[in-house]
Amino acid sequence: MKNIKNEMKMEFSSKSANEAFARISVAAFASQLDPTIEEIADIKTSVSEAVTNAIIHAYPNKDGIVKVKALLYDEEIEIEISDTGEGIENIEEAKTPLYTTKGNLERSGMGFTIMENFMDELKVESIVGLGTKITMNKKINKNKALENTY
Amino acid sequence: MNVKHFIEDKLLVFEISEEIDHHTSERIRKRADYEIQRFMPRKVIFDLEKVNFMDSAGIGLIIGRYKTANDFGGNLELANVNHKLKRIFEMSGILKIIPIIDNYSNEQTG
Repeated sequence: MKNIKNEMKMEFSSKSANEAFARISVAAFASQLDPTIEEIADIKTSVSEAVTNAIIHAYPNKDGIVKVKALLYDEEIEIEISDTGEGIENIEEAKTPLYTTKGNLERSGMGFTIMENFMDELKVESIVGLGTKITMNKKINKNKALENTY
Repeated sequence: MNVKHFIEDKLLVFEISEEIDHHTSERIRKRADYEIQRFMPRKVIFDLEKVNFMDSAGIGLIIGRYKTANDFGGNLELANVNHKLKRIFEMSGILKIIPIIDNYSNEQTG
């Protein structure tokens, strides 16, 4: 059983200006685990991908709410990004590199591939008409010098 | 974003200084396409030295401008790509058609 050290939740409108807000907020929260710059960059990119997906695909023609939850364990972060939008019909297809339904928006179809590469675990749950939940985990090893000096 | 045009060399350089995501890429795209259509350069360079964040929106942005540059008779290169950005570009395979260059100052003969 993993021990939860800290937890945060936030929600915001599905506006593209919030993509930066979301990734910066999660990165700031994750910094409590003392990650490397590299690990923080991986987290920021993955959050940006998941939140952008929710904004573009979950709510294509209207504003909706995007929820972000983050849990900190001893040496791991878990991030959950969910929406109550359109849902994904075929998750395997959506995860295929370069697959996109929004080529007109110059989307590259690399979002899930990046999340899978930058995080240690990725889980996608979706029900058409009800919404999508992305859960991703990343190990943050704390084998760094001078820990717990307080 | 800072735009530099070298008439003699038919070179157009975009120095990107903002973070590149879905939100910001739309503005960069519009400006870049406008400048490419206006100057019809032989070469377009995206200088990414000052980009401290980029997600997959950057891939779409670069592929799209590669197409615009081609449509107007030019090609496209990337300059000052750090390893974080390179990793994202590599995943998409676009580096097979779009070269990364180290330096382009010697092309600016003025």
